[in-house]
Amino acid sequence: MNFPILTVITFVPVIGAIVGLLIPKEQEKTIKWYSVAVSLIPLVLSIILWVTYDSAAGGMQFVEKAPWIPALGATYHVGADGISVPMIFLTALLTTLSLFYSAYTIHTRVKEYFLLFLLLETGMFGVFVALDFVLFYVFWEVGLVPMYLLIGIWGGQNRLYAAIKFFIYTLVGSVAMLLAILYIYFNVGSFDILEATARFGQARPFMQNFTAVSLAFWAFFLAFAIKVPSFPFHTWLPDAHTEAPTAGSVILAGILLKLGAYGFLRIVLPIFPEAFSYYAPVVGVLAVISIVYGALVCMAQWDLKRLIAYSSVSHMGYVMLGLAAAAASLARGEVVTNSAAMALNGAALQMFNHGVITGGLFFLVGVIYERAHTRDLKVFGGLGAKLPYYYGIMAVTGFASLGLPGLAGFWSEFFVFRGTFAIIPIYAVIGVLGVIFTAAYILWKIIQFMFLGPFNAERWGKLTDMELFEKVTMWPLIIFMVLFGIYPTPILNLFNTATTALMGGLL
Amino acid sequence: MTLAQIIELLLPQLILLITVLAIFIADLADTRKEKGWAPYLALAGILAALITSSLHWGREVSFLGNMMRVDRFSVFFNGVVLAASALSVLLAISYMRPRTPYRAEFYALLTVVALAMTLAAGASNILMIYLAMESISITSYILVGYLRQDAKANEAAIKYFLYGAATSAMMLYGMSLLFGISGTLDLTGLADFFRAGVPEASRWIAFPAMVLLLAGFGFKTALVPFHQWSPDTYEGAPTPVTAFLSVGPKAAGFAILMRVFITGLPRFYTDWAALLAGISIVTMTLGNLVALRQSNIKRMLAYSSIAHAGYILIGVVCLSLSTTSPFNGVNSAMIYLLAYLFTNVGAFLTVIAFEEATGSTTIADYAGLMKRSPWLAVPMLVFLLSLTGIPSTGGFIGKLFVFGSAIQVQFYLLAIVGIINSAIAAFYYLNVVRYIFFTPAPEQAGPVPVPRPLRWVLAICLIMTFFIGLYPQPFMQLTTGSASLLASL
Repeated sequence: MNFPILTVITFVPVIGAIVGLLIPKEQEKTIKWYSVAVSLIPLVLSIILWVTYDSAAGGMQFVEKAPWIPALGATYHVGADGISVPMIFLTALLTTLSLFYSAYTIHTRVKEYFLLFLLLETGMFGVFVALDFVLFYVFWEVGLVPMYLLIGIWGGQNRLYAAIKFFIYTLVGSVAMLLAILYIYFNVGSFDILEATARFGQARPFMQNFTAVSLAFWAFFLAFAIKVPSFPFHTWLPDAHTEAPTAGSVILAGILLKLGAYGFLRIVLPIFPEAFSYYAPVVGVLAVISIVYGALVCMAQWDLKRLIAYSSVSHMGYVMLGLAAAAASLARGEVVTNSAAMALNGAALQMFNHGVITGGLFFLVGVIYERAHTRDLKVFGGLGAKLPYYYGIMAVTGFASLGLPGLAGFWSEFFVFRGTFAIIPIYAVIGVLGVIFTAAYILWKIIQFMFLGPFNAERWGKLTDMELFEKVTMWPLIIFMVLFGIYPTPILNLFNTATTALMGGLL
Repeated sequence: MTLAQIIELLLPQLILLITVLAIFIADLADTRKEKGWAPYLALAGILAALITSSLHWGREVSFLGNMMRVDRFSVFFNGVVLAASALSVLLAISYMRPRTPYRAEFYALLTVVALAMTLAAGASNILMIYLAMESISITSYILVGYLRQDAKANEAAIKYFLYGAATSAMMLYGMSLLFGISGTLDLTGLADFFRAGVPEASRWIAFPAMVLLLAGFGFKTALVPFHQWSPDTYEGAPTPVTAFLSVGPKAAGFAILMRVFITGLPRFYTDWAALLAGISIVTMTLGNLVALRQSNIKRMLAYSSIAHAGYILIGVVCLSLSTTSPFNGVNSAMIYLLAYLFTNVGAFLTVIAFEEATGSTTIADYAGLMKRSPWLAVPMLVFLLSLTGIPSTGGFIGKLFVFGSAIQVQFYLLAIVGIINSAIAAFYYLNVVRYIFFTPAPEQAGPVPVPRPLRWVLAICLIMTFFIGLYPQPFMQLTTGSASLLASL
């Protein structure tokens, strides 16, 4: 039997957390570095996963299948394809960086924090590898609890409200999804996601059972759209992201939002192609509103962290737009399949890039907040000369976020719009406005108000530039922004095997 | 059937009876005050009954002139109610010691309820059912009012008694109506009578009879509108008794409800299913909405317990005879009750430990429990999440099963009301989590000690909650008794 790499990646963090209970809570340093060390194991394994994934063969690899609850038809079924492999890597990378950063910045209730973070990591990996609905659902909700506690215990001023709002929003979506899962189960006779794709997705039962299938589609849509989040289900996000501790925001923006987008790619599109295609205009409109409205709201923010939180609404809108375009293409037949795959590649790449870029931005917010104890953009100004290193890193990350060619963000937006334009041009045209507004708020709000203009020497004279641990946290992210900006082929190839197979299967 | 065979089939009940007598006699013989042996004697008797009952697994016999049955259904429910009794004995040890000098009788009475509940689980004759239910009720009244110096406990007992007496009279009237039409008290006889063809006139008697029966069953299981006793009783009763009432008699009530309606009145399935569906919706919604506003944890858990009865009822309504699907409704209710048993006892355990240490049952006083006693706070988190229905806990498996049975028979309305309710419920369960984890502990608040018997219960409940949640396969085998019950439908 082969080495069960996915199982090991998924369960090492939670086993690490259980073993970590044995460390006395006074030994904070041991706990911190122990957790970082534990998180390195899945990181290394996820690199091995990426390198050994055979993208020429494509499809699900590293598959493990074992009976779990035979009486219920639920199996322990995990596997990874071209979409999940980079997501697993992103999860491992951001978690390790978050734990490393937190090792320097978290000083209260250290043991709880680090062990919860490890538990959270298992939940996130689990969603990306699960190929069984029950398993998927278990991991989906397992991640919810630690994040709720992370926001509620280590969050900012308004943390109690933000924590419960986050929990309830997600829970409403998940319970709706539970019913939809059961509906599919009774139609397929199994909880297996791949079997559901094969039997339900390709049986095309939509028109015969219009109401029931529509309900199931919208139930899944609700669960995933809340998580993404798509307008109008986004209101939990600014609260949760703003109130969460820095590393919590990084994980929220970097990974948890991707769980929703991943759900669309793994479940909604393959299992409900017809319903998704039928409702694609609705999804597309919501995506465009998310992009434009999200960007406009960013322009009105004076709290740096809240601004970046809203920018996630806008940027995840690109992912939704790509998905809507791919779904809409199904009604048009083979003519636009290439564009559809391109839109999906863009969406998937945007998931990865947004994780890296926005993760980076939240770290950078943490850097300035630790020093200035404020995030109010109005009180800064002229920091460029005082904190040149910080300015440089922030500028690169900001430019990546606004889609400057040569940095990673460009490619994902390019592919989304290139794909969308061929299928639903009007959405692409309106959506592109978002790119302009993004440039506006990054340059005007962040760069100008923080780094340019007059410097208040009296107030900010004692600010120090980034410390070594902050640089170490940021550099891996910068490398990916530049690397995939110049040469995105390795990751695009991976996505492409999965998306062309997906679109090919649907036609 | 020889006497030896009857004794063998009644062995669990006989063991419990002997245990009760042994405790009473030993109590008289032992003139010392402590009587530390009493709970352990009761525990030994209950466990012995549990084991002998389990040995009946797989048998399907009626005996004593069809008064009683031993089948997988009754063995399962014997397991549930005896486990509930055993855990309650352990919960009571440290709680009752400083509160009353008459401890031996308390455990004897608890064992009497256990005996009555095992009779209820196996009763297949209406008269027997009535006797079993009355025995549960009367002994429960005494347990609720056991701390007679406590005004709240007295109020709780009186309220419980008045409601119980009234609903029991209604139930008896319903039973007499059924007997009047059919001339039989036997459940299968009743089913045969109605199956043979129902004159229109007797239909109009059978329907009110079912409503009247439901008053009695609804009282035991705390269904709306027969629930009004439960918040006051749950709040006023000694907390171990509250824990016991919320799982033991409730499970027994559901066992009777299912056996009577499914075995005795299958002819009227559409009628009583519609009635129960309505009650289920009202019960879930009212229980959850009122629970939102509670500041006392025992009252909150009382309303939560009402809401859970509503979820369980979904399983009773959404029956299915499919042999291929794992969801048949009855097994959903059974697995839900099993998961609820360990989860709810676990939650009450925290309440008991906290009350013993601080004397308080106010939710706000749980502030900073994580800092004070992490070994109590984290399990409480697990139990609250299980009550919410978060996966990897038993509560999730229960929800999965009841909602699954609703989707299977395409009763989407019930499923949708159910999930909306589980989202509402998250608010008040998380409110407790909020105090335990987010709010700082008051100054000079020390750790909350957990006495040894409570630690055993804590370990059992925690392990079982995760076990059912992560690997429910063996427990699903235990619910196969549902099939034999449904065969009569």
